[in-house]
Amino acid sequence: MIIITGKNSEIILEKEKIIEIENLSKQFKDVKAVNGLNLNVYNGDVFGFLGPNGAGKSTTIRMLTSLITPDSGTIKIFGKTLKENRIPILRRIGAIVEKPDFYGNLSAYKNLDILGRISSKEISKKRIMEVLELVGLEKRFKSKVKTFSHGMKQRLGIAQALLHDPDLIILDEPTTGLDPQGMKEIRDLIIYLSKEKKKTIFLSSHILYEVELVANRMIILNKGAAQVEGSVEELLNVNKLRVTVEVSEAEKAKTILTNTDWVKKLESSINGKMIFNLSPEEVPELNKYLVHNNVTVNALIPTRSLEEFFLNITQKASG
Amino acid sequence: MITLINIELYKIFKKWRTYIGFIAIAVLIPLIEIAMHIEGTRSLNFATRQISETFIFVGNLLNTYFVSYLILNSLAVHIPFLITLVAGDLLAGEATAGTYRILVTRPVSRFNIVTSKFVAGIIYTSLLILWLAVISLGLGYFIFGTGELLVLKSGVIIILAKNDVLWRFALAYCFAVLSMGVVASLAFLFSALVENAIGPIITTMAIIIIFLILSAINVDIFRSITPFLFTTYMNTWSSFFDNPMDTAEIIKSVSILSVHIIVFYGLALYIFQKKDILT
Repeated sequence: MIIITGKNSEIILEKEKIIEIENLSKQFKDVKAVNGLNLNVYNGDVFGFLGPNGAGKSTTIRMLTSLITPDSGTIKIFGKTLKENRIPILRRIGAIVEKPDFYGNLSAYKNLDILGRISSKEISKKRIMEVLELVGLEKRFKSKVKTFSHGMKQRLGIAQALLHDPDLIILDEPTTGLDPQGMKEIRDLIIYLSKEKKKTIFLSSHILYEVELVANRMIILNKGAAQVEGSVEELLNVNKLRVTVEVSEAEKAKTILTNTDWVKKLESSINGKMIFNLSPEEVPELNKYLVHNNVTVNALIPTRSLEEFFLNITQKASG
Repeated sequence: MITLINIELYKIFKKWRTYIGFIAIAVLIPLIEIAMHIEGTRSLNFATRQISETFIFVGNLLNTYFVSYLILNSLAVHIPFLITLVAGDLLAGEATAGTYRILVTRPVSRFNIVTSKFVAGIIYTSLLILWLAVISLGLGYFIFGTGELLVLKSGVIIILAKNDVLWRFALAYCFAVLSMGVVASLAFLFSALVENAIGPIITTMAIIIIFLILSAINVDIFRSITPFLFTTYMNTWSSFFDNPMDTAEIIKSVSILSVHIIVFYGLALYIFQKKDILT
């Protein structure tokens, strides 16, 4: 946390920037994978990095972890440029990049032991067992990784990212391939790391719901460029819903609503589908009002503007 | 760096393909030596038939030194293949397995990653040649015993006293490490270029076989390019059995092969430093 004293002696609190990306671009042959990306991640953030497949998320993460070199732009992590300070920065980062691949012919323990030793940090046996326990693999520590399921490898991936107790954890789609229980466990772990261990987490995902559950800030990426960025609460606008009301008699419903305040909230009405902009509390109220006036309500479908926006770009991306 | 080299050696010796070379030598050399024990005298008489009318050979000519010399001579093509199996996999194997990502995102420089792998590859090469020496000379000692070494080179007979041979073998095996180091470095260079270990193995072997064929064909145009082929200098190990030794020729070959190793390693390092890890 940086404390800045303002001109009127006010104390302004500004969070420390952990990741600063400015005008970052990367092109592969004819494909611009990342195109002038700007973003900031602050200390303590669980930052959702959201986008459909092919949006440029993994390319950005590969640049953040120095696996690939940007064509242009700068990356600063912990206030230092990555290009000039790669090793000290990586010492404070734990990452899973795409699939969790390990030395399959070695045990889970030996994989972590090797990675710890490469990190040139003294990693004790106790610490290795601690992270294995954290991800629920302590009983399989002797098993060769090639005998692990995808979910187990994913958990081992998280264990290796946490091994050297990093300040920044970069997780690239960590729930891919997991069953619902496994997904929940990972989400709980992210929340634990953020709340209890005070880690900054950069979480890439193509599932809005997943980001919504754990992140406090997020960015939506499409075609290598940021579409929206901000706090999850603001972006998802939890107090405002776009509700599609399906009724049997649309004309009758419209007549009933004509002289009420509800009409001000009516956005459109096509083929028996009326779209309202409502707060969550207003949804049952409207339902009650329509039913009370003998209008049969077939369905009430709440969506959020960002959800719709994200759905649109995801659908366009998938073709 | 020592830790990284140890880790790389551990990874190498945890792969079963590493042992193919050791097993192949452990199987092949005894077979050759047993066959030589059975048929060797006839083969030796056949080889010396022209000069046996002029000279009388006495003593144990079919001894461990003679057999080990022949083995070293005949394995010039086979040992490189065993070397490339491991050296070609050093970098490309990480790409194939997807482990580049967990390796390169660690706080370690790419220089250290490449150098530790390269050194581990050279250590493996040295151990394989040492294994060849131990099996070849050791087993031969029990089967044939020792004696003077008879070397037939381009119509010249060199007979080396048995107490004058062992140090020559030691130097010849050291030279073999250098020669095979070039093979390992070449496979390592190709390994840095691609994402699949099969490519470096096949390409390196193809280059060695082509170079050996070009060197062997006795045509003027090929003779003019022979000095530019590194395989030409790989046979210089036999110079250690000349009497007197052609020191200038040995120094020249050692220098050329060393330069090849440095250049191949340097190129691999440059490529890896610039490489985008996309696997």
